Amino acid sequence: MAADSTSTVVKELDYTGAERLSMNMGPQHPSAHGVFRAILTLEGETVVGVDAVIGYLHRCHEKLAENLAYVQYPSIASKTDYVAAMASELAYVMAAERLANFEVPKRAQYLRVLVGELQRVASHCLWLGTWCMDMGGALGGGATIFLYCIRERELVLDLFESLTGARLLYGFHQVGGVRYDVPEGWASECRTTVDLIEQRILEYEEMLEGNAFFMMRTQGVGVISRELALDVGISGPLLRASGVDCDLRRLAPYSSYEDFEFRVPVETAGDCYARYKVRMVEFRESIRIVRQILDGLPEGPISSRPGVKSLAQVRVPKGETYARVEGPRGEVGCYLQADGGPKPYRMKWRGASFSNLAILPHIIPGHGVADVVAIMGSVDPVFGEVDR
Amino acid sequence: MTPLPDAVVGAIAGVALLLTVVGLVTYVTLLERKFAARMQSRVGPYRVGWHGILQPIADAVKLMMKEDIVPREADRRIFNLAPVVFLVPCLLIFATIPFAPGLGVADLNIGILFFLAVSSMEIVGLFMAGWSSNNKYALISAMRAVNQIISYDLPFLLAALIPVLLTGSLRLSDIASAQSGLWFIAYPVLGQLGFLAFVIASVAAENRVPFDILEAESELVAGFRVEYSGMKFALIQLGEYAHVLGTSFLGALLFLGAWAGPGPEWLGPVWFLAKALFMFLVITWIRWSFVRIRVDQILQISWKLLLPLTMLLVMATAIAVVWRGAPGV
Repeated sequence: MAADSTSTVVKELDYTGAERLSMNMGPQHPSAHGVFRAILTLEGETVVGVDAVIGYLHRCHEKLAENLAYVQYPSIASKTDYVAAMASELAYVMAAERLANFEVPKRAQYLRVLVGELQRVASHCLWLGTWCMDMGGALGGGATIFLYCIRERELVLDLFESLTGARLLYGFHQVGGVRYDVPEGWASECRTTVDLIEQRILEYEEMLEGNAFFMMRTQGVGVISRELALDVGISGPLLRASGVDCDLRRLAPYSSYEDFEFRVPVETAGDCYARYKVRMVEFRESIRIVRQILDGLPEGPISSRPGVKSLAQVRVPKGETYARVEGPRGEVGCYLQADGGPKPYRMKWRGASFSNLAILPHIIPGHGVADVVAIMGSVDPVFGEVDR
Repeated sequence: MTPLPDAVVGAIAGVALLLTVVGLVTYVTLLERKFAARMQSRVGPYRVGWHGILQPIADAVKLMMKEDIVPREADRRIFNLAPVVFLVPCLLIFATIPFAPGLGVADLNIGILFFLAVSSMEIVGLFMAGWSSNNKYALISAMRAVNQIISYDLPFLLAALIPVLLTGSLRLSDIASAQSGLWFIAYPVLGQLGFLAFVIASVAAENRVPFDILEAESELVAGFRVEYSGMKFALIQLGEYAHVLGTSFLGALLFLGAWAGPGPEWLGPVWFLAKALFMFLVITWIRWSFVRIRVDQILQISWKLLLPLTMLLVMATAIAVVWRGAPGV
């Protein structure tokens, strides 16, 4: 009954124990992180093969971009990676600005970094919560951490709400700058929030790292070697946890990142625990950058372009370019080809989650079913970005 | 009036106990939800009645009204029978527990043996549920269940033997009254270690986080009960909580002095209940603060750590009893 339909009937006499069972995990599964379908081939509890099936959330984003003007698409771009909407918006407007040679005022650049780093904090909060829930269960200790993290994520979203009026999909960026300036009193509110979050991160670390079971579940699980990481082309915290010092904010600074002091965490172990460590440091470094911006936000206009009056307002000369930013999950790239009109001719996303997901078939085989969810969670995919 | 025959008294006592246990179990779920909510900085059930006091009743009504689904490819008879087979041993364990001197359904002279034997019988119902559902998640869960019960019933049993050795009797009421002076948890070293081993083993035997690999909703969705709905699901849930509560009572009886406590004698059952709820909350506290561990790690903890430890403890207790020449604290 439970046997794979292709496998032969179990003969009790010469049963070797190597009978295979194929099991569907997803697309509707409590820890599918959206709509991911993994067809696992099991021998007992050990996974011997993974077939990843994606595409359940495909919304024709790239085709949509061809039919929407440069002034319209930034607020749609946020829907690719809906957990970290600010990063993909920024990649799109940066590509358009690069082609059109638009200047971005200093204040707008700083504001972009500010929201980008706050977004990283919010995104990592969600990652930590869901990952622990994958390992600890919605009816156990994992849910406790999840609710703590969501509580902090809400604080960041409150900040975004008073800044842009939206909590999830912002439409904050526009070609040439940003749309909204910080309101009165926002900066001090932001300061209290990041202070609180920094304190809470300490609490999480104490709760998790002092927990022997958490260490047992994460150390040595899902090891990605440096070579494998480079071959597969993963990016972001995953890559840095495998010992590659690669952060676009440092390697190819954009939006004035060179003005800020921050540390790029690198771990060499390459396991789930190393990825956790990297992200926990990133929390703090993001908060550090936020503080630097709040201390030295330059005065001036927030956009080099006027507010939106018509759809054809932004015209980009013929040409093509690739803009990339360091999102919370890794390199978010936007390839743009323009033909001189108000809409792009072609657009292509390079989603960080999509490339990171390709690592799964390399590292999951050999682990048990329980580790599959731990590894999946540590990769932190967002399926809006994978399927687009 | 002639006294009622024994069988009738037994039956009345049994029904009374059953109703009490079911009522208690229903409200223990509310206690757990409120406790977990406090841990997670939430409020918990609040809308149904004062501070959610009627929530368990609303839940029960909801589950009764749900559609009862049997998967087409399931083994129908076994599928329907499994929740009952699971529930009966979970409720039966209460039969031998004396809630106060002389207040119990059956104070057998092998009370603790009965408790341990019956409580490990729940695995039969569990395996039936997992196998007959014809679901891969349920099947893996059932296999894990057998694995876990085999490895954790031994340490559980050995840990429970320590108070038995200290008392010199298998009868639960004897164990309880032996602690009228000093509770067994106060017995130097052996008592504390034994209690610790008992708590760990009982969490595992009850399939709770961090040992809830059978249910493991983030891996196996809901494990062996993934295909159950409506009242059958409620029966399984009831059985699970009854088992947890029964084990909490046993723990309170074996290590925390059962009904011993300050105040008049009629307060005994209240003390016993309070101690059992304390045990329950300890288990709940563990549940809501740990992440789940893997199957192989669970087996390692059992065979390499817990089993040798409890064996040593039992031997040490035996030596201590022989050396002192008499059982007792």
